[in-house]
Formats: sequence, structure tokens, C-alpha cells
Amino acid sequence: MTPPPPAAGTATRTMMLWFPDWPITAALGEHALPADAAFVLVDRGEVFACSPAARQDGVKRGLRIREAQARCTGLVSLPYDPSLDERTFEPVTAAVETIMPGVQVLRPGLCAVRITGPARYYRGEHGAAGVVFQTFAALGLTDLRIGIADGLFAAEQAARATDELDDDVEQLVIIPEGGSPDFLGSYPLDILEQPKLTVLLKRLGIRSLADFAALSASDVRNRFGVEGALAHRRASGLDHRDVVARTPPPHHDAIADFEPPLARIDQLAFAFRTRAGEFVDGLREAGLVCTALQIRLHTESGEVSERRWRHPRWFDADDVVDRVRWQLQGTNASDHGLTSGITRVHIVPETVEDLADHADGLWGTGPDEGIHHGLARVQSMLGHGAVLTGIIAGGRLLADRRVLIPWGDAPTGQAQSAAARVRDRTQPWPGRLPGPAPATVFADPVPAVVVDSRGLPVDVDPRGLMTADPSFFSAGPQDERRAVHSWAGPWPIDERWWDPAGRVLNRFQLVDHSGSAWLLLLEDHAWWVEASYD
Amino acid sequence: MPPAAGSALDRAEPFPDAGASRPGAAGRRGTSTGDITLDLQARINSMQASTLDSRCLPTVPALAHILPGGGLQSGGSYTVRNSTTLAMALLAGPSSTGAWCSVIGMPDFSVEAAQGFGINLERLILVPDPGSQWLTVTAALVDVVSIILTRAPDHLAPTEWARLRARLRQRGAALITLGNGKQSDSTLGVAESAWEGLGSGSGHLRAQRMKITATQPSGRLRHAYVGLADLQGTTRETLTTPPRPSAGPASLFEPQLAKSS
Repeated sequence: MTPPPPAAGTATRTMMLWFPDWPITAALGEHALPADAAFVLVDRGEVFACSPAARQDGVKRGLRIREAQARCTGLVSLPYDPSLDERTFEPVTAAVETIMPGVQVLRPGLCAVRITGPARYYRGEHGAAGVVFQTFAALGLTDLRIGIADGLFAAEQAARATDELDDDVEQLVIIPEGGSPDFLGSYPLDILEQPKLTVLLKRLGIRSLADFAALSASDVRNRFGVEGALAHRRASGLDHRDVVARTPPPHHDAIADFEPPLARIDQLAFAFRTRAGEFVDGLREAGLVCTALQIRLHTESGEVSERRWRHPRWFDADDVVDRVRWQLQGTNASDHGLTSGITRVHIVPETVEDLADHADGLWGTGPDEGIHHGLARVQSMLGHGAVLTGIIAGGRLLADRRVLIPWGDAPTGQAQSAAARVRDRTQPWPGRLPGPAPATVFADPVPAVVVDSRGLPVDVDPRGLMTADPSFFSAGPQDERRAVHSWAGPWPIDERWWDPAGRVLNRFQLVDHSGSAWLLLLEDHAWWVEASYD
Repeated sequence: MPPAAGSALDRAEPFPDAGASRPGAAGRRGTSTGDITLDLQARINSMQASTLDSRCLPTVPALAHILPGGGLQSGGSYTVRNSTTLAMALLAGPSSTGAWCSVIGMPDFSVEAAQGFGINLERLILVPDPGSQWLTVTAALVDVVSIILTRAPDHLAPTEWARLRARLRQRGAALITLGNGKQSDSTLGVAESAWEGLGSGSGHLRAQRMKITATQPSGRLRHAYVGLADLQGTTRETLTTPPRPSAGPASLFEPQLAKSS
């Protein structure tokens, strides 16, 4: 189904605010880099954005990282994080909203405002732009370009046209009302960002937007369909898009300051309980529940501990207090005393969802709700990491294949980066154990003793041959001496030979005379029990 | 929680061999009245059914007929003496039908083996180290999950056991204790085990055959010969055997052995 053609009409008078290289600005602030540092943001092996210093050395967007490093020695490369851009752009949006209403964020670094009202209030469009410049100069953001024109498209082009200005003070281009078609006319077709259409039009002899706009709208629509018609309207300076002002999100952060700083976890938990209750109640009044939040703990010595917590259902006040406590217990080894007093607790709701999606059914929501309550109770007794669920990961050693995740954490994402060992299970993993999986896999391998019929220790020589057949073994220091009934091995495993942390070991299966089977490891002339088929 | 109609009749009653023990009780009359009271109390306890209704949790067929009542009873407590494999097989039945399971105090529990038994890992809660709060944690989880596997702490007062068992009956959950449980509805263990596939320096473990014994508090013993594959539910061989062969140990022994070899 094709969308209906855009209604004819005039385009909205729009002011476009453009912060060039916003990802760079954001990364500068986040990583506390000097402003003249040569660095790039890398996305999937290619340069996504580069700082002015790097650009002077010839680094461009889209270069492979190796080539960029060749052009600019001493280049610092950082991973590109889209969420950082959005997070750092949020204060900018908020700052615009304090001086004029109705901001639409097109992407981090680019936002549009309907200018008619502010122009009236600030005595003209020039005056309104001046106020914006002043506001951001006060915030320390000087590299701001403003374009004012009819419609989003023309305004964006006007903002980009500020490059040609010599004026260093106010980089502002105003296209007078009705002047958008003339302004856009001289631009090439490429700025429409429709490569297929552009190529076709060029072959037809149409080179600029003015040529394209000169075509009859109905002909364009018949020949190129709706997309072509929309592009034609944009080229004619009649943008069908309107500025869709965002509704400023309500402020739900909870901040509690402690003066004097609190040095004990139980004190802090007690003092924060009321604030946590207000936080949850505030969300509930707005018809929301929080399913993921971020806790920032500021200490007296100036450190900030920051962690993201997810909840299998949604946070209530006790859950929030529990998370604060666990975060403190995690960062401080001692049980109740903190190394430095806590001056401020800051809670940011990261994911909020509609309360209606989480409301209890008339007869309750089944047994799962009870599960969450019960497990939350156990977690508040023992700590977040004491209640676990298991997944099976890839690996050769059985302990590597068992990955335990705290209840409520996602199996991917944060937990994954923390464990960093969640490896793909679908890979073949040559050398993994054949046959049925043993029921007991020792979390800490148990030292074992394996001897031959003369009582001498059994070993494997560098060529992978055994010095003697195993006759007796004991699994563990307190274990009895067991006679070997049948055995198999050695199965050599040479894991990650290129890595100093890689392991070289031999694996054996042994069945003793009582019929119990054991899985033993021989590493560096020492025997260990890896698992037991009990 | 209405009792399942008619199921109470199926319940295996403990063997009332009162006549045989009465002379023994009378012969010890000289020792002390306290001993006799305790002895009688123990006998009464062992003969009483612990549940009013015998609602069965789904159980692996290979184990169902050696358990009292023909399967795991909700509210029951079981002891598995020496085999994690056997305990996993007991968890597998309820888990495969969507029940939540919990494993407490067993840091060496292998989730990979558990999945091999058909245990749903998404509904398996592990509390590897409850520390000194074993009882509190277990009691909290009894409220929410259907079946709990745990390694019991050595020191637990009989009164605490009694309270836990009452909670189990109230909530309809089953408790499987690994190790030496003192009070349970049935004690299971692997009496004999033999592995196939391993030679003298060659092959690898392929299959296991086990003789599983189930002892009831009354002293009544049942046993079955099963393979690991039967416990994992990969073969349906045991389904073809009569669901409840006659309880005489001698009659069970021969045909089952012939069948599984």
C-alpha cells in the first residue's frame, strides 16, 4: 500500500540547530580528552567520526582503521557508542526547551524548532537565533550552526550552508520566507539522499534541484511514485514534514544528598528508603513502572560508582534500596564499613514502561509473579549474585561450559561483558567431552592421585604417551584408594596456544571397581578431578 | 487444593507388621520407658502417611513405580543417598511440565547434565551457597517453587526438620535431599552401577546401567534396574513394562535384568 500523497500547503517556518561532529563533542566530554586530540570513533572497523586534528591529517569518515592510523600517527581510536550521543544531547534539548517550546530531535547533533512563535517573542528570527547562541555560549558549546528556512529540509541545508560564512561570531543563515526554492535550486541532486533516483535523473539530464523542481508534480508522481513525489516536493522547497515537537519527558530521577556523608551501608539503606519510596510512587503516579535503572553513588573522596540494574518485573521501593546496598557491597570488600562516606545517591530510571502492561490480572498473574517475589526475598537475604540461573556456553572444559547469571540480569549484554566468557555454543569445540555429561562438575577442581600397579605416579610424556597404565587412584585428599576397572585417555587439549593464559592438559575417564565413573585432568604433572558421573 | 478423586486408594500403605515387633517391644521393657516411647513414636510416624491427599508430581516412568504412591508426591520429602544423576532424574519430571525447580547448596551441580535430563534451565534456580541461612532460604523457596534439590546441612534440629516438612505439605512442594536424610518418605540410592563403552585405555563412556533401590521408612525395599537413557527419557523401554510390578523383590529381579542386558 502506498501512502497518500502529501497535502499541498506551505512548509512550516523552521529553525534548525546543528552541532557539527556531535559524536566527537560527546566523546571529548565523556573520555575527558583535550580538545585538540587526534582521535576517531570506530564503528565496525571503520572510522565513524574524526576529530578536527585527525581530519587535518587526512582522516575521513569511512576509512579503515589501519589506513587512518597510517595517515595520522598517534591516533587514538575509541569505540563509537550511539547511546552516548543521545545521552549527552539530552541536556542540549533541555536547554533549548527552556527558551523556546517544541523541539524535535532529528538525531543527536541536529534538532529543529518551529520558529514562528519564538520569532514573535524575541522580536524577529534574528533575535531568536541570537538568544539561542547566547544560551549555548553560556553552556560552553560554541560550535553551533543555525539555519532558518521554510521546511525541515531547507532549514537543514541552510544550517549546513553556514560553512561558507566568514563570520566567526554567529554562524547563521536565514532564508527569507518563500525563498527556499531559490536557495535550494542551485544544489546538486545528491543532497536528496536518494541514490537510485539521483542516478536516474542525472541520466535524464537533470543536474540540480532547480531542474528537478521545474518538472510537473503529477508527471514526477506518475513516473517515480510516491518517493519521487516526496523528493520533488522537498526540491521545490515544500517540505511535507512538519516539526513534531517532543513532549519533554518528566523528570523522574531521584537524588538524595547526605550531609554529613554516611559511612555505613545499613545507615544509608535506612536513610534512602523514604526517597526510594517517593521515587517509585512518583513513577506510579505518572502511570509508569521502572524495569531498568542506573545507580550512581558519589563518595566523599570524589569517586563515582555507577551501575545499571535490571529487574525481572519492575522495581518497588525495597528493590531499589536492595540494589543500592548490593552495589555498595560489591564495590567494598568489608561488610558494613565503607572506605569512603557516601555523599549522594542518584537514581536514573533507564527503562520505564506503562503500568498497564505490568498490571496484575484480576486473579493474579499466575505463578511467575510469586517466583519473582520469592527470589527477590532470597536475593535481599544473600545478595544479588547468590540466586542464579544457568546457561550452557561453548567450551572444552566443563566448568567453562557452565555460565551462571544472577537472577534478573540479562543473559547477554552487561552480564556477558562481565563474564566475557560466554562463548558460542554452536561452534564445534573440538576436544570437548563425548558421551553423557557428568552430573557433578567441580567448581574448584579437586586434587587427585593416580598411580600404576607399583605405586608410582602416572604421567604423560611430552610426546603424549603414558608412562604406565593407571591402576589405582583417589579422587581428593580424603578419598579412599580406588582400583581402576577401566579407563580411557589421554585426550590432549591444547587451548589457545597463542595466549599465555591458554592451557595444555590431558583428560582421562576412569571407572573404579564400584562402578563410579570419574573425569580426571592431568595438567603440568598434577592430577585433578574435573567431574564425577555420580 | 482438593484431593484427586480416587487417588487415595492407590497410595502404598506402609506394611503393618505390628505383630512381629510387639514381642520385641515387650522384650525391651526392662530398659527404659523413654526408649520405648521413642521407639513407638518412630513406628507410628513411619506408618502414618505424611499427606492427606496423594497428588503426584510427574515422575520419570523408570522411577515412578519404585516410589511410594507411584511417583513423587507433592509435599513429600525424599533422600537420594549417593547419586546426583538420580536426583536430576527426579527433578526432570516436574521440570519438563513447566514446574519451577531450585537447587540449593550445590555449587558443583552441572547444568549441562541437567539439560540432558530435560530440565528446563530457564525455570531452574540455583542458590549455590546459602551459607548459614540454609533453612531460611529453603523455606523461602518452598513457597514459590515446586521441587527443591538440596544438600542438607549436617546439623539441623529435628524440630526444624518437622517445621520444614510441614511447610512442604502446606505448599505442595517436594524436597529432595542429597546425602543422609533422616526423615523422608523414601530413600533412594544407586546400589550397583556399571558403565559401558570404556576399555583399557580406549573408548569413552557411553551408557550406564544402575540398580536403584528405594527404601521406605517402614523398611520396605523396592528396586529397579534402569539405564541412564531410561532416566533421561530418551528410550521409552520402561513404559512397556507393567507400571507397577508386584512388589516382591525376587520377582522383579530376574525379568528386569534379562530385559536390560
